[in-house]
Amino acid sequence: MRLLRIVPDNTKFRIVHWRRFAYPFSAAYSLLTLALFLTVGLNFGIDFRGGTLLEMQAKSGKPDIAHVRQTANGFGFGEVEVQEFGNAGDLSMRFALQPGGEVAQQAVVTKARSAFSEAYEFRRVETVGPRVSGELVQAGTLGVVLAIIGVLVYLWFRFEMQLAIGAIVGTMHDIVLTLGFFLITQLEFNLTSIAAILTIVGYSLNETVVVFDRTRELLRRYKTMPIPELLDLSVNSTLSRTAITSTTTILALIALVFFGGTAIEGFALVMLFGVVVCTYSAMFVSTPVLLYLDVRAGRLDQSEDAAEAKARV
Amino acid sequence: MLRLQARKVILVLLVLIFGCGLAVPNLFSPETRKAIEQGAPAWIPRFLLPIHAMTLGLDLQGGSHVLLEIDRADLIRSQVTQLRDDVRRILREERVGLQGGIGLTPRGVQLRVPEQADRAKLMPKFRELAQPIGTFGAFGPSGNQSIEVAENPDGLIQLNVTEAGANERIRRAVEQAMEVLRRRVDALGTTEPNIQRQGLDRILVQVPGLQDPQRLKQILGETAKLQFRMVADANAGDVDMLPSQDQGGQPIPISRQVIVEGEDLIDAQPAFDQRTSQPIVNFRFNIRGAQRFGQATTENLGRQLAIVLDNKVISAPVIQSPITGGSGQISGNFTVEQVNNLAILLRAGALPAKMTIVEERTVGPGLGQDSIQAGKMATIIATALVILYMIGNYGLFGFIASIALLVHVCLILGLMSLLGATMTLPGIAGIVLTIGTAVDSNVLIYERMREESHLGRSLVSALEAGFQRAFATIIDSNVTMLIAAVALFTLGSGPVRGFAVVFILGILTTVITAVTLTRMLIALWYRWARPKALPF
Repeated sequence: MRLLRIVPDNTKFRIVHWRRFAYPFSAAYSLLTLALFLTVGLNFGIDFRGGTLLEMQAKSGKPDIAHVRQTANGFGFGEVEVQEFGNAGDLSMRFALQPGGEVAQQAVVTKARSAFSEAYEFRRVETVGPRVSGELVQAGTLGVVLAIIGVLVYLWFRFEMQLAIGAIVGTMHDIVLTLGFFLITQLEFNLTSIAAILTIVGYSLNETVVVFDRTRELLRRYKTMPIPELLDLSVNSTLSRTAITSTTTILALIALVFFGGTAIEGFALVMLFGVVVCTYSAMFVSTPVLLYLDVRAGRLDQSEDAAEAKARV
Repeated sequence: MLRLQARKVILVLLVLIFGCGLAVPNLFSPETRKAIEQGAPAWIPRFLLPIHAMTLGLDLQGGSHVLLEIDRADLIRSQVTQLRDDVRRILREERVGLQGGIGLTPRGVQLRVPEQADRAKLMPKFRELAQPIGTFGAFGPSGNQSIEVAENPDGLIQLNVTEAGANERIRRAVEQAMEVLRRRVDALGTTEPNIQRQGLDRILVQVPGLQDPQRLKQILGETAKLQFRMVADANAGDVDMLPSQDQGGQPIPISRQVIVEGEDLIDAQPAFDQRTSQPIVNFRFNIRGAQRFGQATTENLGRQLAIVLDNKVISAPVIQSPITGGSGQISGNFTVEQVNNLAILLRAGALPAKMTIVEERTVGPGLGQDSIQAGKMATIIATALVILYMIGNYGLFGFIASIALLVHVCLILGLMSLLGATMTLPGIAGIVLTIGTAVDSNVLIYERMREESHLGRSLVSALEAGFQRAFATIIDSNVTMLIAAVALFTLGSGPVRGFAVVFILGILTTVITAVTLTRMLIALWYRWARPKALPF
């Protein structure tokens, strides 16, 4: 049996050199993200915005979306977003946060239930009041910030500051690009999205750390090799692993997108985008960043060298 | 490195088999698990029995998640009212007259006592009202008082509920409310409701597999404070104007004096009135309630008795004859559903304060089933794709990685069962995701082997170097992932937390399977096949 070879042996791609394409691209994309963030904004779900979400399925036949929209808009709870989704004819209805505090939200559910429960089965009902949504925003932001600080500290201990900075730049880049994905697609941004972003943070670091681990090893082995060459070598020698792991992850996520059901589709799509971005950034963003940080300065005392030499025997 | 110690092999295999075996109880029905638990001899430790299964989250099982918040202002208001009554009692006992009345402020009461001598009499009594708040530190009580009393030289005395006093009251009220809510939810006859405190002033109620989530909310949200009070003359003192239900919400004057309260009820049952066949609630008082009710109905023949629920007059029948038997009925324009709910509420007792629903998430059983199906499908397909791809890339070694992958998935499920963790839809997504990332450890090892063998090392030394060199990378890359996952766990709630649990366990198991199982299988292969080169 002839086995697959995704990446040939001994590739010599000038990865670092390509930053002249990668950096403008990433910069442009980040600017677009910023512009969209300030103009269009994220499509916040009810977790963060408060309000009511109802999902329902017609008990028989196709749902009458026009009738549902007309009835729901007649409730007097403001503009109602009615959408069809999935392939079983499910409908989703979104009501904005009602003025009048926590109690007012419940009135929406009661009204909608009594109006539609005869012809439709309610598959999901979610109400988030103003206080809870505010707290969820805080917790979500805090989570991402804490994760980044935690990782920075770990990397600082395990590697040194320069590499830690390179990895964090890459991770920030991936978070920005993922937010850009949310902005461009206007995919709903909710609690699961925070989970997706934190997972992407983890994956991004994983990708970068594998390359940087090699960089560290090569720095010890080749004391005089020019840094650009050394970075190229780091990426090239881990390229096959990067390609294979990214592919298996992408395969798993594709299964999730197509078979995981509508409730998880958004999460899977974001992760899919994230994995591609992380793979790109580990090679073309974080690694070249090291060019600008003096990675050979004041690192590797003799004892570490000795330990390494011992391990190689 | 590639030497195999029989003892070690057996140990690793036993641990892995046991770990995977932990997932087996999930295949049994809850009844079977219960039967096993009861049937097993007592000397077997419980954790060894196949009775621990994962719980399915509400998003997979269907059910309601309702977060209630106790009304802080309402509680403080009632605390202030009580304070006013206490102050009034002390004034009466000490026979002190006031200049003006007792004034209510948002956090307490104030009164003006011009005479220094009167103040000297009152102040110690007032100070006795304050109670120490029961947190004992290492150096005795923390010194917080429930009430703070201040005396001004101009004769103004202020009694205020302290922050600590208010919090203590809220803490106790939430505890009480949890009990009441548990009785109410139990009355709905659902299986395994989960009721827990969240933060200082919130209660989370999770009820799986509910047929009628609207009814749950009706039952949770009502304070259900029942009072029997006399209808009074509008001009008399101490009267509240309360809306009357049978007169279209029109307010009628009701005496402030409460004859009997809901806490004196010992039973309440829905029934039908024999004459009008209207739905009603029959109730019975305890001895104290029966006595008071009997006395009041004897003394007030011909007058109207108001049945007040949550400050609304349900009905105000005229007392035709003294009711001394200790039982009675509540009628009003009720539907059958309303009397069913009312009976449950009266039996369970009143909430100590108003509670509002601040968050609700309900998933119908149909959606939960669909999600489980879709999750299974995605898991199977992802596994198949990854296995095919790994075998395509690494041949026999890909097969070994696939075995490690399957063990990894079983271990996640096994550990989750042992911990009694909750599987949610994002949790399933987490499993699918780790199926993609779990092989990374194997890939790192294999690629390293390939590199080392290209450098001209012998097969054995390449295999060994592969494990040795890749190990640091595996640890570094997984610890960084772990940090992100832990951040997710600490801050996430509900379904997201389910994802974090899977993710954390997945990281641990993938490292374990990669460094033990994969290494062992490769060593076995090397011993049996005596190969000359890497099979990829």
